[in-house]
Amino acid sequence: MAEENKENPESLSRRKFLRNTGFTVGGLAVGGVLGSLLPRKKEEKVAPATKAENFNQALMYFTPEQFQLTEAATERIFPEEESGPGAKALGVAFFIDHQLAGDWGFNAREYMQAPFFKGEKVQGYQGRLRRRDIFDIGLRELQNHSMTVHKKKFTELKEEEQDAILRDFEEDKVNLTTISPSGFFQMLRSATLEGAYSDPLYGGNRNMDGWKMRNYPGSQMAYTDIIDKDFKKINPQSLKNHLNH
Amino acid sequence: MARKLPKVDVVIIGVGWAGGIIASELTKKGLKVVGLERGKERKTEDYFMVHDELRYALRYGMMQDLSKETITFRGNERIRALPMRQYGSFLLGDGLGGSGVHWNGQTFRFLPYDFEIYSKTVERYGKNKIPAGMTLQDWGITYDELEPYYDKFEKLTGISGEENPLAGKRSNDYPTPPMKKSPPLQMFEEATKKLKLHPYMMPSANLSESYTNPDGIKRAACQYCGYCERFGCEYGAKADPVVTVIPVANKTGNFEIRTHSNVRRILKSGNKVTGVIYTDVTTGEDIEQPADIVVLTSYVFNNIRLLLMSNVGKPYEPQSGKGVIGKNYAYQVIKGNAVGFFEDKEFNTFAGAGSLGMVLDDYNGDNFDHSKVNFIHGGMVSLSQTGMRPIQNNPVPGGKPTWGKEFKEKSVKYANRFLSVAAQGSSMPFKHHFLDLDPSYKDAYGDPLIRITFDFENQDRQLAKFLASKCEDILKEMGADHIDAMKDLGPYDITTYQSTHNTGGVIMGDDPSTSAVNNYLQMWDVDNLFVVGASAFPHNSGYNPTDTVGALAYRAAEGIIKYHDKGGQVS
Repeated sequence: MAEENKENPESLSRRKFLRNTGFTVGGLAVGGVLGSLLPRKKEEKVAPATKAENFNQALMYFTPEQFQLTEAATERIFPEEESGPGAKALGVAFFIDHQLAGDWGFNAREYMQAPFFKGEKVQGYQGRLRRRDIFDIGLRELQNHSMTVHKKKFTELKEEEQDAILRDFEEDKVNLTTISPSGFFQMLRSATLEGAYSDPLYGGNRNMDGWKMRNYPGSQMAYTDIIDKDFKKINPQSLKNHLNH
Repeated sequence: MARKLPKVDVVIIGVGWAGGIIASELTKKGLKVVGLERGKERKTEDYFMVHDELRYALRYGMMQDLSKETITFRGNERIRALPMRQYGSFLLGDGLGGSGVHWNGQTFRFLPYDFEIYSKTVERYGKNKIPAGMTLQDWGITYDELEPYYDKFEKLTGISGEENPLAGKRSNDYPTPPMKKSPPLQMFEEATKKLKLHPYMMPSANLSESYTNPDGIKRAACQYCGYCERFGCEYGAKADPVVTVIPVANKTGNFEIRTHSNVRRILKSGNKVTGVIYTDVTTGEDIEQPADIVVLTSYVFNNIRLLLMSNVGKPYEPQSGKGVIGKNYAYQVIKGNAVGFFEDKEFNTFAGAGSLGMVLDDYNGDNFDHSKVNFIHGGMVSLSQTGMRPIQNNPVPGGKPTWGKEFKEKSVKYANRFLSVAAQGSSMPFKHHFLDLDPSYKDAYGDPLIRITFDFENQDRQLAKFLASKCEDILKEMGADHIDAMKDLGPYDITTYQSTHNTGGVIMGDDPSTSAVNNYLQMWDVDNLFVVGASAFPHNSGYNPTDTVGALAYRAAEGIIKYHDKGGQVS
């Protein structure tokens, strides 16, 4: 194990990269990022954060009920099991909440101009609703469907019952006029994977546990030492790590 | 009224690979060039936080803002084209360097067959081999004529590679040796050699070692960080216009780049163009930039859109087959591939580079006998290791389930235990595949969007099936425990990512009635307008297009200088 630690992640640091590739201050032909990579003196290194509260875990968009529903539904999509934590422990519902509050929730960089027509499946999404509207409706309908079938809230159902409710959405077995149930389900599924595996800066993938679970090293500066070798486990780094150099 | 600026020698519309190459070649000769770029400035420092899959790969951080402009699409003329509201099938570049910044760096030459595809197909198989409606044409240039320009682009970018045994002759070796051979590549090599195929290391614009190009531009070696496609390179190791040609043009003092400048019209008087009108998107002001020569170097779609909006060139009419602007839109047949799962092997596939791979061309071009298959051309087959980032790579054997406990267990288990062997199929032109202006949807300035009319044909379905089975054979030989092959192409679907290799619309040739530009990419009917890019391809080959775009840009630069000196049609 000591051997492994030695290779991680320091040995692949920017500092080593600068040495390996032979760049010096005078030879900064590429300039740019490299210029800002020059190592600071050791004592300048940012002190390791003490266990602070995670102020990121609050809601920007969801109501508490929407949050709980999202947490329960995403946990069924990506449940905790032997290989590691599920959506809830990874903070996926916080991730989705934060995403809905921004560009993604508003479809800000997508073409939303009229006229709207129902198109062929191969022509893609043609609705006028934005993702935050679709989540509002989808979550409400998830609750309604649960009440209709079981006379209980979705969060009060057994796991198998929750799965069956979600499957009804996935297979368009719920009759909705405003949104496509399967479209909502697919959006929820994609967002779950995004929350599990995106950089922790977005509020999911808590403690990089999503990456650790699948041996993904996160953001490393270089793999020149291992690219032509057999599989090697590397402790992950996040983007925050880049700022600390 | 637009504010009119003093005239310059040359105005370039769009500063990506084509615009950058032309700017550097022309300014070196002393011409005064203005480059109009509608996106923003870019530099290597921008990529400090680039290892962010969500921001760049899923939220398209480097791509064109679709809320301002997109395309519309329909499978055929009988249905209503609708806007591509969200990204899927292809990704439109944006900003300085354009798509040349977020590419993978796979830098292939097309085959000698490609440039004379009509003649060579007829010669070997007879006219009946070409199905009805396929508007196959020779390019008006041969591989041998284009070879020196390929050589120039490969030296500019420092391509790392080794000889491809089934390609056209090279005048020089690749400037740098091939990339490092990872274990999956070694497995691919061993298996394909056993199958008597001809693997070679993928020609790569991610440098295998540090390199100084003929312009004196130095770049560092690739670090195999696994963030190329959809990302910019924080090391400048991946060749892009911002770290190669643009600084060279800037250094001459003859180049002025104006970012945030969206060209709206090309101005024409008689049989010459006189300049362009653009909108400064930061102020909304319309500005006229007169020029002796106009060079259109934006992405395929805007090359055609600007010509059509400016009434330059004869628009293509699909019923009669007459006219040329918008003709022969082609794409790529990507879905013929296979994924192999390995129970007892784990790979460092989180590491990689955009063009780290091994390729074979035994099934590409006319490298095999087509008399018994129902298609022409073919595609490259490769195993590439571009970096398996976790959000987008979660296959499970059999493709199911896609959520829940079993999905999670399996997707985690196989995260580093699967390899893809993929084919990149060529795309032939058809009479009813074309680009024109959409009659109803507009961009943020009120100008019409470009409309794509395109679907896969029987040719493509046969090709995908053929290539997928070859990919499957290779994975079998590599010892995969389970293989999923995608053999059914289905209809063209704009919602799933396939390839940003859109081609055609302003095609080159040797006949003004069937092509829009000559083999210097000079418009047949407008001597002082050059239209450069993959828009010039009469069909698309079974390779990535950038090497050919680069070569044609060098050729066009030479043509522009000739025109500047002598005038008239360059020959």
